[in-house]
Parts: sequence; C-alpha cells; structure tokens
Amino acid sequence: MKTAGLSETKKKGVLSYKTHQRITNLLLIYEFVHSHKIRNSLMFYMLTSFKRIFNFALQDFSRNKGISIAAIFVLVVTIMLVTGLLFFHGVSQFLISEIQDRIDITAYFKDGTQEQDILNVKDEILKMSPNIKAVEYVSKEQAMQAFQEKHKNNAVLEKALEEVGTNPFLPSLNITTNGDPAQYAEVSNVLQTANFSKFVEKVDFSQKKDTIEKVFSITSNINNFGIALSIIFIIVAILVVFNTIKLAVDSSKEEIGTMRIVGASDWFVRGPFIIQGAIYGFIAFIICLLLSALSAYILSPKITAVLPGFNTLGYFLSNIWILILIQLVFGIGVGIISSFIVIRKYLNV
Amino acid sequence: MIKFENVTKIYPDETVVLQDVSFEIKEGEFVSIVGKSGAGKTTLVRLILGLETPASGQIFFQGKNVNETDSLEIQKIRRKVGGVYQDYKLLPNKTVYENVAYIMEVEGKEKEEIEVEVPKVLEIIGLKEKIDNFPKELSGGEQQRLAIARALINHPDIIIADEPTGNLDPYNTYEVISLLEKVNKAGKTVILLTHDREIINKLGKRVITIENGRVIRDEKEGRFII
Repeated sequence: MKTAGLSETKKKGVLSYKTHQRITNLLLIYEFVHSHKIRNSLMFYMLTSFKRIFNFALQDFSRNKGISIAAIFVLVVTIMLVTGLLFFHGVSQFLISEIQDRIDITAYFKDGTQEQDILNVKDEILKMSPNIKAVEYVSKEQAMQAFQEKHKNNAVLEKALEEVGTNPFLPSLNITTNGDPAQYAEVSNVLQTANFSKFVEKVDFSQKKDTIEKVFSITSNINNFGIALSIIFIIVAILVVFNTIKLAVDSSKEEIGTMRIVGASDWFVRGPFIIQGAIYGFIAFIICLLLSALSAYILSPKITAVLPGFNTLGYFLSNIWILILIQLVFGIGVGIISSFIVIRKYLNV
Repeated sequence: MIKFENVTKIYPDETVVLQDVSFEIKEGEFVSIVGKSGAGKTTLVRLILGLETPASGQIFFQGKNVNETDSLEIQKIRRKVGGVYQDYKLLPNKTVYENVAYIMEVEGKEKEEIEVEVPKVLEIIGLKEKIDNFPKELSGGEQQRLAIARALINHPDIIIADEPTGNLDPYNTYEVISLLEKVNKAGKTVILLTHDREIINKLGKRVITIENGRVIRDEKEGRFII
C-alpha cells in the first residue's frame, strides 16, 4: 500500500460525532471483556511470550536485511579465521611430528658387554620413560649382517671386512623417542648412571644434538607463537563482531526506549535481539561449515603436493566434530553474548 | 491517582529541572500541564513512568511510591499508562497492526483477543486501510492517531499526552484533543502537557503552570498565562 497524500489524510482527519460515539462504546466493551477475562496460567503465559519473542526476532531479522547480512558476514569472517587457526595448528602439529619422528638415539656398548647387561639397560630406559616409542636391541651379529646386507655388492668393503677377521661391530640399542626433550634427557640420564656408563662406548644421535635442540626450540616457539597469535586474532574478531552487533542494536535504541515505556519486561525487549544474535551465529556457522568443507576438498591435492603425507580432507573429516563444535559455539556464543552485553546498556532506564 | 510530593529533579550536569513540585491528580480528571519548552514537563512524565529518579521528594501512582517499587511493579505501572508523545514513539520495524498488537502482547493477551480488538480500534481511529503499512509510510496525523490507538488498546487507567500536537496541523490537532476529551468523558484520567495556548484556553479544564521547574499556578478552570 502506498502512503496517502496529505490532502486525503486531512479529509479523513476530523472524526465525526458518530465515530466518537463508537469510541465510547468501545471503551465500555473493553471494560467488560477485561473484567471477565480469566487469567491465564503462568506456564501458558511464558510459552506465549517465548513464541512471540521468537517471532519478533524472525521479523526483525527479515526486515533489517542489510544489518543482518553485515552481521552474518562479519561472523563468517571471524569463524573462518578461527577455523584457519585450527587448520594451521593441524599442519604445524603434522610438521613437528614428522621432524620429531626422525630423531633417534643410538647407544653403542663396549665390545664384550654381556647381552643381559644391555637388555637390563633397555628395561631401565623403558622403566624410567614409559612413553618412549621403541627401544630395539641390535646385537654384534645383527649389526654385521645389516652391514653385509647393505653393502653386498661392494667388493672393497667386503674385502676390508675380511681383512679385519673379527666382527668389528658393537652391540647397540636404537631408541626412538617421541621427540619430547624430557625423554631425551631421561634417556641420557639412564645411560650416564654409574651402573651403565661402564658398558657404554658412545651415544650417537642420528641427527646432531644441536639440530635436535634447534628443532625443539623451533617447535615450541611455533606453538607459543601460534597460541599468542590465535588469542590476539580471536580477541580482535570478537571485538569486530561485538561492534557490528552493537551497530545493529544501536539502530534500535529508540525502539528499545519505546518498548520500555509501554511496560515490556526486560526479557520481552531483550529476547528478540538475543535470538537474532543466535540466528546470525547459526547461519554464519552453516556457511562456514560448507565453506571449510569445500575448501578442504578443493585444496586437498594442492596441500598434499606441498606437504607430502598430510591429507587435508582426511584432517577435516577426522576433526569434523570438533570443528562443528568450535564453529557453532563460537558463532552462536559470540552472537548471543554480544547482543546481551550491548542491550544491557539500553535496558538500564 | 498521581501525587507529587516536594519533588526536585537535578540532572547529572547540575541543571535543576524541577524544584519542590507538589500536586495531586485525581481519578477521572483532565489536567493540562503547561509551560515553555524546557520548563520540565517531559521530566514530569519520565518521573511518573519511573524512567528517572527524583533527587528528593516522592511520586505516587495509585498509592504506590514509584521509586520504591521493583522493576516488575514499574512495568505494571507503565502498562497502566497510555502514552502519546510529540515524536509518536512508534516501533519503526513493525506495521500499524503490529504496533498496536505489541501492547497487548506485552501483557500476554491471547492471540484471538488481539485479532479481534486491534482491527476494531484501528477502524475507529481511521487507520484500517493502513493496517499493513509501516509508520514511516504514514503522515504525521496518521502516526499520532496510531499512537492514540496504541495508548487506548490496553484500556489504561490514565492517558498521558506529552505535546501530542507538537508536530500536527490545526485539523489533526483538533482531532487529537477532541479524542482526548472523549476518552476523559468515558472516565479515564487524562494528563495533557502542552505549550499550545489555544488548546488550553479552549478546554477550560484544570491547568497546572510550570515555570523554571516550579509550579507557579494550579487553577480549576485555568487559562494559559505565562
């Protein structure tokens, strides 16, 4: 319907005597209806109120499309940022474990050390450090066999071995740690105890000690830096969302005042805004879930090319529940909490 | 019905808006409160509705001290007041129908009752054609009629009209004032706040005159003299 012209309004403006008469009658009818109305039960009242609050939220949502789209967009960006951080965490964990898996310790024992003594050392290491990945005993003979196997086509080396006459290899323990510096220290400690050090010829790290320490410091730095960066990002993101929702609620400032003046309860005023916040969050969550599934699917082969062994889609699917939880909680949580905080200011009248 | 006892209101920036204001409005009265813009008329309304707290003094609504009630009680008081304001205070995102229905929804009225009463009052007020329009699609006069429809729908004990004709042409002004008179004749208490000399002089009802935050005159059949 179009707005009536002013002249039309004026024509209709003055109310006739008859109309005034009808107002009087109407007021009398109200009096009657209200005095005979049976009071609804509290439960029914609350249910009706909730239904109305929900309808108001949907109505406001669809009538303020511009603001709704802006709020959802900001939430999508924020949730995608958090999702990106989760993905980055997955990649860095993968890289760290890839590097750490390659760190082994080999302890060589003096020639003539009894096998039983070496096995005692092995047990001791496993006892001290139960989380160690593997400790493998390699006897003198196994070491010799492995050498011969490796160089069976090398006549010079075979010859040299023959010249020596005896088995020059030392028995050893190959220790695979999980890359934790603490385990590394524990293993060293066991090998250095008075009981065992007399058997140990030398301890060899498959990679140099410096490299190992560097890897440890880099990985722990990545973790710390990542956590700090994530926290900063998330705070910035929350502030942006908060401000967007503040803009949305600010535009309804007068409206809130009016609702208060006509005696609406706090929840009747607040409810629609909070439910709107939740709707923003939920829609943003759906968009983000689809976006991240799509990008995982599309980017998977490309990322595998850069990071062999890392399956992006597999990572996405194996973390789908935690991802849904984070996106849902983050989206709806930030939506609701922002609305709640912003509107509190206007309810204090 | 409404009683002010030595009410003083000072805003945070130290401006004294009301000073030692006392008066009583009885049930069924039609009282005009007049004064220049900025004399403190709107503050009076805000005090009655519990939107402001006085620096000193007390305000009673139907015997209840407005400033000693909890928020639930304040909401009940606000629902008993039908307010009509210069800036209409309509809900811009709701249609004509929804604006009026909102008042009944606030009270938790049943849907069936709302569906019967809202169109009825809109027809009487002359807005039936515009039932699905938004306030911004209405003229000033229509918006104020909508505000009056909203004030009447919940069958309030009192109508407070704060400069209801401030933005209206003489036609609509006459209409609004005669509507208020009609409501008063039906037994409702009406408080009209205005600075319109013509209206007051035509009404010939009780007039409370406020100047510089003080009540300087309170006459049974008052005229506009400032």
